[in-house]
Amino acid sequence: MIKNVTGYFFVLFFVCFSFIAHAQQQRFPKPEFETEYQMPETSSPMPRAPFMEYVDVMVLILVMGVTIWLIFKKRSRKGIFWVAVFALLYFGFYRQGCICAIGAVQNLALGIFNPGYAIPISALAFFVIPLLVTLFAGRIFCASACPLGVIQDILIVKPIKIAPWIQKTLGLFPFIYLGLAVLYAATGTDFIICRYDPFIGIFRMGAEFHMIVLGISFLLMGMFVARPYCRFICPYGAMLNIGSRFSKNHLSITPKECINCKLCKDSCPFDAIDFPTEEKENKPVKSDTRRFLTYAAMIPLLVVLGGWAVSASYKTLSKAHSDVSLANLLIANPEKMSETDNLDIETFMASGRTLEMLMQDATLVQEKFRKGGWWLGGFIGLVIGLTLLNQVIYRRRDIYEANRGNCYSCGRCMEYCPVGKPDHPYHQLDPKNQNL
Amino acid sequence: MTKRIDRRNFIRGCARYSLGFGLAGVVGFVAKDTIAGEWVWQIDPFKCTSCGRCATHCVLNPSAVKCVHAYALCGYCDLCGGYLKPGHISRDTAAENMLCPTDAIKRKYVEEPYYEYKIIEELCIGCAKCVKGCSAFGNGSLHLQIRHDLCVNCNECAIARVCPSDAISRVPKTDPYLIKGDFNKGEDV
Ligand code: SF4
Ligand code: SF4
Ligand code: SF4
Ligand code: SF4
Repeated sequence: MIKNVTGYFFVLFFVCFSFIAHAQQQRFPKPEFETEYQMPETSSPMPRAPFMEYVDVMVLILVMGVTIWLIFKKRSRKGIFWVAVFALLYFGFYRQGCICAIGAVQNLALGIFNPGYAIPISALAFFVIPLLVTLFAGRIFCASACPLGVIQDILIVKPIKIAPWIQKTLGLFPFIYLGLAVLYAATGTDFIICRYDPFIGIFRMGAEFHMIVLGISFLLMGMFVARPYCRFICPYGAMLNIGSRFSKNHLSITPKECINCKLCKDSCPFDAIDFPTEEKENKPVKSDTRRFLTYAAMIPLLVVLGGWAVSASYKTLSKAHSDVSLANLLIANPEKMSETDNLDIETFMASGRTLEMLMQDATLVQEKFRKGGWWLGGFIGLVIGLTLLNQVIYRRRDIYEANRGNCYSCGRCMEYCPVGKPDHPYHQLDPKNQNL
Repeated sequence: MTKRIDRRNFIRGCARYSLGFGLAGVVGFVAKDTIAGEWVWQIDPFKCTSCGRCATHCVLNPSAVKCVHAYALCGYCDLCGGYLKPGHISRDTAAENMLCPTDAIKRKYVEEPYYEYKIIEELCIGCAKCVKGCSAFGNGSLHLQIRHDLCVNCNECAIARVCPSDAISRVPKTDPYLIKGDFNKGEDV
């Protein structure tokens, strides 16, 4: 009896089989077993225990704390290296790159702009703690706690020098990337930092093919252009860079006083050591003041211009949102509505949403992009303006010191400084150096 | 010289405190609705349309999405829409009759006329073929779930981004499954 009914349904539904959301339908009654049959439980394996998130936060704090001690007290590059390797193994290969301070800014943006999402305390901690530490001790996070930074750092082979103007120009990109990431997260479109994280595929030993290729090319390039992701892409690094410029303490190349021996001059793979200014540059020129004023006056202009330009391209920017792209597609090609080889269209048509509803949603998203575009563009304009302004601010320097913004506090240069090391070969060269 | 350094330190200090307060402000702003536990990703089986993307878009290979069976909803049919291909030749365990491409569903005779269907999760790739069949012809007891022993809990689930039905969303870690029959969302149970 049951068999016949089943067969009937089978044929019927095969005929009118359509793309439906799976509302549950009790087509067949629950069987009444006569034997001792025990119905199995549907298993539900649990995720990692909740307290483990706090273990992650503790490990982060511990790693950074030890690094601070190694930098300021022990001055040991070797120590920093091994802490960094540990962090790479823990946050990179064991935690597989998630949770990560770099991506956490998106959770923050989503949490602020999307009332339906509350940011987990652990994600907030991962965002805030490295920034706070940076305000007091420099980019400790980059030195040893960031798996992305460390994997590049340990693979540096023969770093080449990069012209300062190239560095400065490419160095603007992280700010743009940061702004875009916040815009895309705030509009609920995408988490681009996570999506285009080049190393996560390596940590997980598997990803889409092009991401693996990207990750490996970053590592290969990083053998010669040290830490390319950190320098020219990392959006969190952009924030740390700013914070570090104003940090209370910072790694210093020399333990006491710089004797201008120039030994550390080429030791930094990231060209982050600032040289003493030359005597002839030491008198500020009048034209510099003029340039300063011109650039300063240009900043508001750049902000407005940037805001206008980015906001005007809201249509392009918002295409990444699924509602917008689908609406665009259907408006441009209404004949596609009946197409059956496009899953998105097919699902939309079966969903009961009308084209008007879709267009309404898409317009809302676009409106957000138009508004956000002003902020993003203004921010980019401000960054460009301040970078220009920074070019003409004259800073006198008498010693070799790490550039606070760009230095990752890796500690390499400390080993080159002969001060306080009586057995350093430098002291044997010239007897008058011996008293150092 | 010391004057210069003093001035620099003063500017640095001012900037540091403004940045610090700015940061504290942002944190204070979001602090009022943080949650203690993390989110995890889960599929709402009532929104899922078995499109097949779960098998191909997870960052893991094979996917962390597996078919699960809500036995309490199952009709234990002999002619299982999730197990057998439409137009199958005979109603047995021969591979050519089976819907599942990886042979991940085990059929076990219980008693006349009932059969139990069990998913071997190690073999399942989350392709949703069986889910589609079961939902269309049967009770819809087979459905997809993200398995949290496998899922690495990406900050943004790669499948959620491409799911055409918006079926994947964040759920609290303390309640990480939306297993059919366990939560009252389907009206006509
Ligand atoms: S710059 Fe970015 S990627 Fe590099 S170490 Fe710092 S946080 Fe990590
Ligand atoms: S500590 Fe800073 S300045 Fe010294 S080598 Fe490392 S990055 Fe360069
Ligand atoms: S048909 Fe697909 S989803 Fe169903 S058990 Fe087989 S592999 Fe898993
Ligand atoms: S969160 Fe990541 S691992 Fe989990 S199902 Fe989604 S894509 Fe797969």
